Formats: sequence, structure tokens, C-alpha cells
Amino acid sequence: MAELIRLTNIVKIYQVGDEQVHALDGITLQIRKNEYVAIMGPSGSGKSTMMNIIGCLDTPTSGLYELNGMNVSDMDDNELARVRNKEIGFVFQTFNLLPRSNVLHNVELPLIYAGMPAEERRERAKEAIARVGLTERMHHKPNELSGGQRQRVAIARALVTHPSILLADEPTGNLDSKTGEEIMALFDALHKEGNTIILVTHEEDIASHAHRIIKLRDGKIEGDFPSRKRPTPSPATVS
Amino acid sequence: MVTINELQEGFRIALQSIWANRMRSALTTLGIVIGIVSVTLMGTALEGLSRAFDKSIAQIGADVLYVQKWPWGGGQDWWKYRNRRDLRIEHANAIERSAELVASLSPIIGTSQDIKYQGKYIEDVIVVGTTHTMIETNPANLAIGRFFSRSESEGGRPVCVIGSEIASSLFPNESPLEKVIKIGGYAYRVVGVFEKQGSLFGGESLDKRIYVPINRFFTQYQSRRGGITIMVKAKSLDLLDDTKEEVRGILRRARGLKPRDEDDFSINQQEMIIQIFNQIGGVIAIIGLFITGLSLFVGGIGIMNIMFVSVTERTKEIGIRKAIGAPRRAILLQFLIESSLICFLGGIIGIAIAFPLSLIVDQILPTAMPLTIVGIALSLSLLVGLLSGIIPAYRASKLDPVEALRYE
Ligand SMILES: Nc1ncnc2c1ncn2[C@@H]1O[C@H](COP(=O)(O)OP(=O)(O)OP(=O)(O)O)[C@@H](O)[C@H]1O
Ligand SMILES: [Mg+2]
Repeated sequence: MAELIRLTNIVKIYQVGDEQVHALDGITLQIRKNEYVAIMGPSGSGKSTMMNIIGCLDTPTSGLYELNGMNVSDMDDNELARVRNKEIGFVFQTFNLLPRSNVLHNVELPLIYAGMPAEERRERAKEAIARVGLTERMHHKPNELSGGQRQRVAIARALVTHPSILLADEPTGNLDSKTGEEIMALFDALHKEGNTIILVTHEEDIASHAHRIIKLRDGKIEGDFPSRKRPTPSPATVS
Repeated sequence: MVTINELQEGFRIALQSIWANRMRSALTTLGIVIGIVSVTLMGTALEGLSRAFDKSIAQIGADVLYVQKWPWGGGQDWWKYRNRRDLRIEHANAIERSAELVASLSPIIGTSQDIKYQGKYIEDVIVVGTTHTMIETNPANLAIGRFFSRSESEGGRPVCVIGSEIASSLFPNESPLEKVIKIGGYAYRVVGVFEKQGSLFGGESLDKRIYVPINRFFTQYQSRRGGITIMVKAKSLDLLDDTKEEVRGILRRARGLKPRDEDDFSINQQEMIIQIFNQIGGVIAIIGLFITGLSLFVGGIGIMNIMFVSVTERTKEIGIRKAIGAPRRAILLQFLIESSLICFLGGIIGIAIAFPLSLIVDQILPTAMPLTIVGIALSLSLLVGLLSGIIPAYRASKLDPVEALRYE
């Protein structure tokens, strides 16, 4: 399968006072289309930093990032905004929905910035909402929904543009384990439909849904192997 | 390029946010409201001035000189003017005898008298004593009847020509012609009625005047035959300055002034009123612009401040929007729309307040709020909104998405 993401020697350094924090310290890795990857590692190991760079929310201090063959590390703010809009679907631990807007408008939002005409946009948003099973709640505000439902809205919002990758940074971190399992079932299904999924988690149970696990420690890749439960060949072993 | 979607979303968020913080928005917009009220009222007052001015100028006549003891508008040497010798009928006669550039000339003098007709009273009517030439010197149309004749004028006959307002109050159901009215106790026969003329400079109505022969005036209301104004109409407007010089020379001789003496009379003309009006208009404009400028400036700073607050409060929202692909310009636009809308609403509130106030101004000085000033006021408030929104909006658009998302 085709290569989607190629990170080459990615370094991210934060300057904190006099001290330099090497949040990422030379990450090299490839991810192919339709992979299902879990990123694990202790707190502070650089998981979120790596997700933000893959999601084009942040840029690396040095190194090369290619997404779908485009050199993302050279892009300016506006080009990055376009890539975020078209190629990336981001799901956050804290949902990050607009509190004053209803479900439909929250899900529509990426298409608004994509410049899609209103009618088509409505249709696409409704499709995505239906996909996560929230058609009944379309006109509710986020504060009228449960945590699991909010995360479904966030997933619908991430899906609505048909992005190349779904990124989820601890998507079940704010949910109880039962609701977390429901969300993971949704990710599993989305993966079966052909989506590429990268998620960050602390929990082995959650990580076991993925087919490949990448372990980070101190900004470096400590391990990159197939999940024990559902082994698939990792690109490292194939190529 | 800004897309229609981005514009719509910008308006949507702006309205949502203004509504959610309606009290705050209303208070912030106060400076703008005051600025807009002051600029529209200023415009309304200036409009009133210029209307009164245009009308009065037409009534005074551009080619008429007013020879008087007092200069118009220059009051700094009050005692000097007060001590000047009166102008008298003889002076008018002297000009009439020898001036060549003068088309016609009329002495005028006024007093205030009560008038009476068959049990109807009008108090404090301006009674003007003049000669039959008045109708040429200061053309005004008669609605009915005629102006008094030369022989009536010279003989001091008890005849009068009345203004339209007096005619309608004293004679609501009959013709005033040939009726006898009492002016300050003396009987006069009405021979003519003027058409409606309105008022001079927003002051006393010209329609509440009565003209009587000046010779009669001096026997009945003022035995001292002085203190007149001589109205002089030049043969042509182009020769107004020459006419002025000619009249001046004749008067100096008639009043026995030596070559080195200063004039002890003033020759006034319309131009001086234009100057006074321009001065008054200028003062109103300066005060108005000062208040407007100051309140718009302060108002703009207030809006800028509240926009900074708004940007800070919504840092997280900005982060979310950026994360799902909102470009910088969309964020910039969103906050510019918000600040402009707040100011625009301030402008509308300002006009809503200024309109009833302009009706009050209208009572003092007939006017109307000019549409152009409404347009200017609204554009001005929009402009202030845009200007005061630029820095906060720019700051919002530059926010780092990761940091903005982390903001709680
Ligand atoms: N904006 C920042 N400024 C300074 N240091 C930062 C910043 N963001 C992250 N770091 C540092 O970079 C390192 C990696 O942080 P990151 O958030 O990627 O960790 P993480 O693996 O996601 O941890 P967690 O599991 O707790 O979410 C940490 O040492 C953190 O302190
Ligand atoms: Mg993290």
C-alpha cells in the first residue's frame, strides 16, 4: 500500500528559559495508507508533540515531513491551514467543540472553511453525523450531550472532509472505559472502511485495537512493532 | 480570497458574540454613540443655519446697502458707535439729491406697538416707518392692494400696508382692504397686504410687520426725527463698491466731516452677514468636530480594548477553528466584522438618539437632519470599528494553534 506519511529525522526543541527541551529528538518513520497505529509512551515522551506535527498544527525545528508526497515542512501558515482542512481530521481528548454552536454547525465547520456551498455542506455534515449515530441530536448544543456523544461529534467533524488521516490524541482519555470501548469500536469500523488512523493512548487495552504500536521515550522511538492481538506486518519489517 | 462562507460565518459569530455580551457591547459603544449624536446634530444645526441664511440673504438683497449708526457684527467699540450722531431724513435726502449710482433709496425706522381691530389685539408688532420707494428698494410682492403712494408718503397720510400674518389674525373672514385699524392707539387705513415672507435669520417674522409713511411715524410714535436706517439700492450689483464710495462721500459732506475725521456712520451690506454666518457656522463646526473626534477616538479605544478581551476569551475557539483549517484571513475577518458591527450598531443608536434631538433643534432653527450626514455618520462609525478592530483581529489571526488550543 502507498506511503502516506514520511518523517525524516524530525526534531522539535522548546526553549524554556535557558534550557532547551528536546520534545522530539530525531524521529524517522513511515506510515502507509489504511494503517491503524497507536502511539504509546510515558508522560512527556513527545506523543502530543509528534501528533501536532503530523497534524500540521505545529512545525518541526528541523527534519523533513512529507505528507502524500507534499513537503509540509516548507509550507507557510495558509498552506498549512489548507492541509489541515483537506488532509487531516483531528480528534482531541477534550473534544474541542464550539460550545455555542449546535452539532450540525460544529460538524459543518471544516466544510465552511473549505468553501463548500451551503446545501452540499449540509448533506455532507448530515452524512457524517449519521455515520457516528447522532442524527437524533443534530440540533443539540454540546453541553446537552454526554462525553461519549461529544466525542462522536468530534469524530464526525474530523470525518466530514474525507481526510487522508484521522489523528486522535488520547480520544478516550476523558471517557469511562465502557464509553471508551464504544469510541474504539467506531475507530475500528472507520479503519475497516479504509481510513488511516493514528491515535495516542496510555492504555494497553486501547492500543490493542491498533495494528501497529509505536513506543516513544524522551522524544525518540523506543519500539515500533505489530500489535500482539492483531498482528499485521509493519512497514519496517516489509520494506 | 475571502469566500462567501467565511463572510457568512464571520457575521454569524459576530452577531452571536455581540448578542451573548449585549450589555458589554452596548456600554462599549457609548463613545461611538456620543460621537455620532454630536456629528449628526452638528450637521443638522449647520443645515439649519445655511437654510436660514439662504432665505434671509435673498430677502435682504445683495445689491442693497444699509447706512446705519452701527456696523453689523463688529461690537467691540460699543461706546464709540453709541455716541455717533443719528442718521436723519436730511441725510437720506442728500443722497437722493446727488447720488448717481443709486437706483432707489428708502429711510426706515421701527418701533413696537400694539394693534387693535374690532376687539382683536396683537401685541408688540413691528411698525416700520418708510417712504413709498420702499417697494422698489426692497422688492416684496403684495398679495392684495397696493403700497402707499408718493403723495400719501409725503403727506404723512394714515395709511398702512400689513404683513400676511397680521392680515390673517385680524381679518380671518373678510378683506382687510379699506378697513381701519388702531396702531398704538392711532387709526390707519389698510391699503395693501404683503405675501407670506417668513422670517429673517430665524428671528422675528417678516409677516408680522406693518409699514406706515415715515412722516406719520414721526408725528405719532417718535417726535425726534432721527435714528433712521437708510436703505440704498445700487443701480447694478457690479457697481456696489462704487455706489458705497459715492454714498460715503455724500454723507461725509452732509455731516460736515473733515478729511481726517473717521466716518461716523456705517455702510453695511450682505457680505458682512455672510461673514458673521460663516463665523457662527465655523464655531459650531469646530465644537462639533472636536466633540465628535474626541468621542470617536475614546470610543474607538474602548472598542479596541473590548476586542482584545473578546480575542482573549475566545482563544480556545480560535485554536479550534485553526485546527480544522480556518485560514488566518478568516479569523481576521471574524473579529473585524465583530468590531465593525459593534460600532455600526453604535452609529445606528446614535442616529436614533439624534433624530428626536434634531426635531428640537428644528423648533429653534428650521432644519432637518440631512441624509448625507446620516450616511457620513454611519460610514464613520464603520470606519472607527474597522480601525479599532485591526490590531486585536491581527493578533487573533496570528495565534499559534497549539498554544491557542491549550488555553483554558
Ligand atoms: N509549548 C511548550 N513549551 C515548552 N515545552 C513543551 C511545550 N510543549 C511540550 N513541551 C515539552 O515537550 C515534552 C513533550 O511533551 P508532549 O506534550 O509531547 O508529551 P506527551 O507525550 O504528549 O505527554 P502526555 O502523555 O502527558 O500528554 C515535554 O517535556 C513537555 O514539557
Ligand atoms: Mg499529550
